[in-house]
Amino acid sequence: MATTASSEYAIEVNDVTMIFNMASEQLNSLKEYFIKLVKHELFFNEFRALKNVSFKVRPGEVVGLVGTNGSGKSTMLKVIAGVLEASEGECVVRGNIAPLIELGAGFDLELTARENIYLNGALLGYTEEFIDAHFQEIIDFAELPDFVDMPMKNFSSGMVARIAFAIATITEPDILIVDETLSVGDVFFQEKCERRIQHFIEDGNVTVLFVSHSMDQVERICQRAVWIEKGDLRMDGPVDEVCKAYRAQFA
Amino acid sequence: MADNSTDTATIQPYAKNETEKNRFILKQLVTKDFKLKYRRSVLGVVWSVLNPLLMMVVMSIVFSFLFSNGIENFPLYLILGNITFSFMSDSTSAALTSFLDAAPLLKKVKISRFVFPVQKVLFALVNFAFSLVAVALVMLWFRVMPTWHLIWLPVCLGLLIIFCIGIGLIIGSLAVFFRDVIHLWSVILTAWTYLTPLFWDFQLLIDKGAPLWVIGIVKANPMYGFVTFMRDIFLWNQSPSTEILALCAVWAVVMLAIGILVFRKSQHKFILYV
Repeated sequence: MATTASSEYAIEVNDVTMIFNMASEQLNSLKEYFIKLVKHELFFNEFRALKNVSFKVRPGEVVGLVGTNGSGKSTMLKVIAGVLEASEGECVVRGNIAPLIELGAGFDLELTARENIYLNGALLGYTEEFIDAHFQEIIDFAELPDFVDMPMKNFSSGMVARIAFAIATITEPDILIVDETLSVGDVFFQEKCERRIQHFIEDGNVTVLFVSHSMDQVERICQRAVWIEKGDLRMDGPVDEVCKAYRAQFA
Repeated sequence: MADNSTDTATIQPYAKNETEKNRFILKQLVTKDFKLKYRRSVLGVVWSVLNPLLMMVVMSIVFSFLFSNGIENFPLYLILGNITFSFMSDSTSAALTSFLDAAPLLKKVKISRFVFPVQKVLFALVNFAFSLVAVALVMLWFRVMPTWHLIWLPVCLGLLIIFCIGIGLIIGSLAVFFRDVIHLWSVILTAWTYLTPLFWDFQLLIDKGAPLWVIGIVKANPMYGFVTFMRDIFLWNQSPSTEILALCAVWAVVMLAIGILVFRKSQHKFILYV
């Protein structure tokens, strides 16, 4: 499995529960709030997107996250990426994260590709000098040299995905989170991205969390898989076993 | 990538710490605001100079006869008050909805949430800098020589920025949970405009025998402090009195403290409401 001898984990998900309050109606004004408060009608329906989920990932490990739609995969990724805070339990992450969770996250589509590369780079924690030095490389990888100074609202979703992937992977992050963002790119770019991810994996320094509905892709890339179903951790183990069990439920 | 890092090996890809990261994020966000504001505008930033000038001209025509009370260089008196107050009202109004407007970012990327009100205040500061060009033009027109008292300007601006960030954190956080604050704030700003001696003279209030409590309210008004501070150093060529200095400093610190408190208590729930 992991090539590192370090006992420290790159990602530790300890008993994480994520609760969303689904108010029966949205209360956005003080008046409504006080009326409901006085009438004792201020109830919320709790929705548990994740229920006491725990798993640990060693540095350099490549883990696939599988589960049907709405099972809590994306919520799990957002907790790990630090976008959401766990309601209960804790999530410890060691190292820099390059999260490719949602397409166009952190882009302002009114801005040009050039401006967005700097904005997004800042959000990823890069330094300005670093982006200056690698700007051309990012554009080259995305293969969009003619569109650098065009507002990104005119881009197709595939083009946005190219830019996003190029920025996030221009340097080796400690942890790479890949949601289904790649699926919008064309086949050639998907293969290019996969090659780059493979390259990271072979290096053995990058921890990869990979979400996909394509079991073939998960089996091809990952060593281990975690199956989350309806907010529960269903299975955690070697990728072929988990994928076999996951497929079996549809049989 | 690893194979390309040989020629640029000296450059660190990641910011050393959170502060450095946030500073770069703020720089990018303020630049973004600036670019989007003036995109497709022929005069562009010139508007930031013209705006206070036009306002001053209009107000001078109307109020010179009513309220000037024999103030020397009344237009300069007006423009200094206006730009100082505008900085506060512009920055706080923008900070008010800063968390709500940043919903796409808050929901998708990990980011220190306090940057959004700070971004709006800093952006207002950029505009304020351009209004200072207008002030310079007016001073040139009226042959008012700047004096060494202008070295107080950074102090005044520093306190005003802290004050505005404090307010921004308070109302920005509250607006996430209660949208009413957005409407309420515009009313408060209007009332505040009249409560601050922008186009009238404070002395007038005393001369006309206003009750003590009214005078007390106006004097405790933080914007009275900041506006007087600006006029002291630009118009009356004197250092601010201890009273004014204390008023500005106390308000700035108090607002920032409350702001941080409110923000700290509520920021964890933002994502569920934006």
